Amino acid sequence: MGVINKMKEEKKLNSEVKENQSEIYNKKPLVERLKPFFLLGPGFLLTVGILVPFAMAIVLSFTNFSFRLPYTSFVGFDNWVKMFTSFDFWNGLLVTFEYAVLATGVEILLGLGIALLLSKENPVTKVLRVILLFPLMIAPVIATLIWQLMLNPSVGIVEKFLNIFGIYNFPWASSPRTALMTVIMVDAWIFTPFAILLLLAGLQSLPKSPYEAAELDGASKWFTFKTLTLPMLKPFLYIVLIFRLMDSIKIFDIIFAMTKGGPGNTLMNLSLVAYNKGFAFLNLGQATPYILILWVIVYIISNYLVKNWLKAQKASSGR
Amino acid sequence: MRRKILGLVVMILIISMSLLGAEEFRWDMAKGSKIKVALNQHMYTDDLLQKIDEFEKLTGIKVDYTVTPEENYFDRISVSLNSRSGQPDVFMTGAYQVWDYAPAGYMQDLDEFINDPSLTSPDYNVEDFYDGVIGSLRWDLVPGHKVGNGPLWAIPMAFEMYNVAYNERIFKEAGVEPPTAETTFEEFIEIAKKIDGFGGPNTYGVALRGTRNWATIHPGYMTTYVNYGAKDFEIENNKLVSKVNSPEAVEMTEKWVELIISGGAPNWSTYTWYQAQADLGAGQAAMMFDADIVQYGVNVVGSSPEAGNIAFSPAPLPEGQNVRNSNLWIWSLAMNNYSKNKTAAWLFIQYFTSYDYQLWAAVNGRSVNSPRESVFNDPTFREVMSEHKGYLEAFEATIDNTAVQFTPQPHFTELTTEWASTLQDLVFGRYPSVQAGMDDLKKKMDRTLDYIDLSKY
Repeated sequence: MGVINKMKEEKKLNSEVKENQSEIYNKKPLVERLKPFFLLGPGFLLTVGILVPFAMAIVLSFTNFSFRLPYTSFVGFDNWVKMFTSFDFWNGLLVTFEYAVLATGVEILLGLGIALLLSKENPVTKVLRVILLFPLMIAPVIATLIWQLMLNPSVGIVEKFLNIFGIYNFPWASSPRTALMTVIMVDAWIFTPFAILLLLAGLQSLPKSPYEAAELDGASKWFTFKTLTLPMLKPFLYIVLIFRLMDSIKIFDIIFAMTKGGPGNTLMNLSLVAYNKGFAFLNLGQATPYILILWVIVYIISNYLVKNWLKAQKASSGR
Repeated sequence: MRRKILGLVVMILIISMSLLGAEEFRWDMAKGSKIKVALNQHMYTDDLLQKIDEFEKLTGIKVDYTVTPEENYFDRISVSLNSRSGQPDVFMTGAYQVWDYAPAGYMQDLDEFINDPSLTSPDYNVEDFYDGVIGSLRWDLVPGHKVGNGPLWAIPMAFEMYNVAYNERIFKEAGVEPPTAETTFEEFIEIAKKIDGFGGPNTYGVALRGTRNWATIHPGYMTTYVNYGAKDFEIENNKLVSKVNSPEAVEMTEKWVELIISGGAPNWSTYTWYQAQADLGAGQAAMMFDADIVQYGVNVVGSSPEAGNIAFSPAPLPEGQNVRNSNLWIWSLAMNNYSKNKTAAWLFIQYFTSYDYQLWAAVNGRSVNSPRESVFNDPTFREVMSEHKGYLEAFEATIDNTAVQFTPQPHFTELTTEWASTLQDLVFGRYPSVQAGMDDLKKKMDRTLDYIDLSKY
């Protein structure tokens, strides 16, 4: 009986609290009451803005939608079957991963090395930290066009420099053997500062005491870097990895401005294949499966990396 | 008597009413209209823009125009036309784009306007256009059927044919004989080899386009391809069948690859016409096999360090060939089929393709070559162009057989880009032989066009 009475009392109390709450709410000005909806609005619009084109892309992938055709009809899985059985797709997939892994790897290694060099406070590093940010301020297409001019064998400054060492007409982006290296070089020039910036911030936020203890114990610099810096820097390395890898998987502008995917199919990654099919050849229905597959790849990899980043964050904070 | 008078009055009334009904052509017939015009960033556009005010004053039509860089121009036009909003009312187009836009119903047949005396000025004279040039914009919408028949989908503003330009100074200093109208293609390759590296390791024989893009195939390559008697497609059993692996096509492609390797730019595969033109103008390339107007562009006084040193020669023919063909590119004006201001749109097209405008643009601007024969024969124009050694002669040697040399089909851009990609692979030795590369290309082309059943047209 006592339990039942207690429950009844609790119920009564709850309803009284609710009444009081609604009374307070009704007394609030209209603007205050609408505040949650105002706050939700942009989020809702953003979600719709993302989901509508995404859903449309899925629908389009099952149609023959083309800028060349006045009307659109459903073609079932035709576009998907065509994609999975085409050389363009498998070659594009290979080029996408080659580019993403190499570009990200180079940028992280270079970024880490330069960030370590710049982590010491002196007037030179202060100036260098500012100068190194310049490439990030230039649009990738513009940066690529600048590089294209610099690498030009007729008028390029790089060619003139190499001529001093007796090297003439280095093929750069024009040969299948050096094209990938060239575009990765441009990518690294633009985006390594991003890695430097994040890793430098990471290095500067690391606690000092473990280093003081290691110094007292007489640990070598390599040992300190391997057992202290690297594990504590892991969350920052993951952030750079997530951003750069995702961006490199989707890369379009640098390759397009430099070689349009050539020579041959050397640099035809999934983004370029999709662009060509959708806009150059006007078959948007055939292009959308490529975009959706690219999205799936980015989604899976980013999910995996974000989970690892959270784990690394916990580990580095000792939780 | 009364009946006779009545009959006479009725007759007079009928005649005067019919005379009133047959409207005369007036430039201000669409006064107060507003049209949207989409233009590509080009020297022809620069000329056109100088005359917009004059057109607006003459017609009372307000022109709202946009100029888009060539890289994105057709993407934008495709999206606009597909929306069927009627905008832009008028747009610049090439001949190949007609094969995409006309079958989709986006383009207005302009014959209807030309043949209507109330809409077309009596001095417009459509017969004045070179047959091959205006004919390249006529098509009956059947894939595989050559251009030249069917409705007229656009009217040319100016066009380019594909000739050889060479730097006289470089040839003189090197003591090498430059190409002439009699030079065969085989001899042309030898000249390119001989002159290659004339000024050191960064200089080379002949500038050619080479990017992985359809534009690599259509100038010098396609011109030479046709001169070798090769064809891109033929109709067999109601199917479009690729002929890129025919003996003529393979022989020509072998020679083209040889030309690139032995006399082309070291980074040929990244060359668009911009780079090829820049090298000719900078004196890095001794020759250029591309559009005559592009070559002409660097020879105008003050336009490049080598201005004044460039001379012209027609496209070299293979041994034994007498007929000189050339492919062409035409910048034309077309009307959106969904336009809500068709009369105003037609007046715009008519004005900027008229003799008066085209003569002005050819003499005072840079809109050469005019598609109108009368402009080409105008003494003022000839005097201006005679400063460019060999230009007029090369033009005259080629114009009779200058037309679109590709077979119209709905996958032109896709398959010609694939063609350029194969050419790059051949130059970089990714195929054991040119025959193997062209066989592979043929398979890709046939597979793409297999769905087209011509019996249904």
